[in-house]
Amino acid sequence: MISFQNVHKSFGPKKVLQGVTLEIAKGTSMVIIGGSGTGKSVLLKSVLGLVTPETGTILVDGKDATMGDHDAFLARFGMLFQGGALFDSMPVWQNVSFRLLRGSLKRPKLEAREIAIEKLRRVGLTPDVADLFPSELSGGMQKRVGLARAIAAEPEIIFFDEPTTGLDPIMAGVINDLIREIVTEMGATAMTITHDMTSVRAIADNVAMLHDGVIQWTGPVAQMDASGDPYLDQFISGRAEGPIEAVR
Amino acid sequence: MNMLLSPFALIGRQTLALLAMIGRFTIFVAQTLSHMARPPFYGREFLTAMVNIGWLSLPVVGMTAIFTGGALALQIYDGSSRFSVESVVPQIVAIGMVRELGPVLVGLMVAARVTSSIAAEIATMKVTEQIDALTTLSTDPLKYLVVPRFIAAILVVPALVGVGDIIGIYGGFAVATGQLGFNPATYIRNTVDFLQFNDVLSSLVKGAAFGGIAALMGCYFGMHSGRGAQGVGQATKSSVQAAAVLILAANFLLTSLFFST
Repeated sequence: MISFQNVHKSFGPKKVLQGVTLEIAKGTSMVIIGGSGTGKSVLLKSVLGLVTPETGTILVDGKDATMGDHDAFLARFGMLFQGGALFDSMPVWQNVSFRLLRGSLKRPKLEAREIAIEKLRRVGLTPDVADLFPSELSGGMQKRVGLARAIAAEPEIIFFDEPTTGLDPIMAGVINDLIREIVTEMGATAMTITHDMTSVRAIADNVAMLHDGVIQWTGPVAQMDASGDPYLDQFISGRAEGPIEAVR
Repeated sequence: MNMLLSPFALIGRQTLALLAMIGRFTIFVAQTLSHMARPPFYGREFLTAMVNIGWLSLPVVGMTAIFTGGALALQIYDGSSRFSVESVVPQIVAIGMVRELGPVLVGLMVAARVTSSIAAEIATMKVTEQIDALTTLSTDPLKYLVVPRFIAAILVVPALVGVGDIIGIYGGFAVATGQLGFNPATYIRNTVDFLQFNDVLSSLVKGAAFGGIAALMGCYFGMHSGRGAQGVGQATKSSVQAAAVLILAANFLLTSLFFST
């Protein structure tokens, strides 16, 4: 389980997180929604230690995320970045099996390559993609490779940062289905950040809306449309009028 | 009143920013040094850095050195002819190239070619979240990106300096024997007899220091770059400026150390 307890984070005078409290149950898929610049990515990155909160506690399975062996802690996670964040200098298979080629999870090169090809197949890419470089791939293919990398070491917890941003609706649908299938199949805990309501409905077990630095609403995805929360209603419907200011 | 105080506020802000940068850089260097002594070590990244910094810099170093050696021979011949001591050309070319021009020019060429490329590469990795991705893949970016480049530069730039010294001396030799009428055998004998161990040692030590500065500046400004294309551009520019100035300052300090009596 991931637990955020009263997490605060500012960048200079800008207060981004102002007391976020949220629980994500083990084996469930939580989607965080909210406007641009509301701190969704900061929240996600604060679990991994990429951003350090000023106050508050983040617990993963009851243990403080900032304590203990950080490498062992990170080995439990997989992450799909918004732009893929693939390493340009290495071919696709080495990107996918990066974690398996070095560190505590190191495997022989041939085995790591086989695992990479299997994971590529799992995300719908053929083995011939393995030897291409990221710059030779389309945006959708890069996302799939990023997804393959996120699941390569079979992590317990997977983070998805805006997985469908910049993709056409069909490719976005493919990625959403893949995420849902993989999370269910692996039994992993998932935390996804998105603006895309189609993604929310496809991926989420539970939804949390971040607004003004706090969790404005959280609940099962099935209750989202009937929440009665004016902020959530405005966000779902995409109206310019409502409690959320259109110009922030 | 505000108008009157604003220049002081500006100076104050810039001073604080400079001090903060010095603090960040000191921590960065200390972390790099501490990572050098602790596993894991990334051998493949180290070898790649050796090739990029050393082997691929050879053409530009060679061209710079040969033209500089040739020009130096012409200048010294012209200057020394005023005192009728033209025979000192081989000795002065040798000492000039080995003690000063070889290491400094190679250092500056490495700053232009390698520092800029390291800064741009790492800054782009930062902007595209590849640095964050490294962290999430249980790989310390400092250990993976900075340490191999730093060690490779310290080891390979002295070799570049050595090659530059030899090519520069050859440039002087070619001009002196081809254009100024020097006897080739005498030129070589004068060069070899005149150079001392300390001259060569200082050249190689300077190479190691300049290589370290060039790599560290590229890595530091890359890792601390701002967002977007402007951030990458700014990081690249600042890294080359800082490397060039620090190389020249280090050259003065090392020359004082080796040759002040």
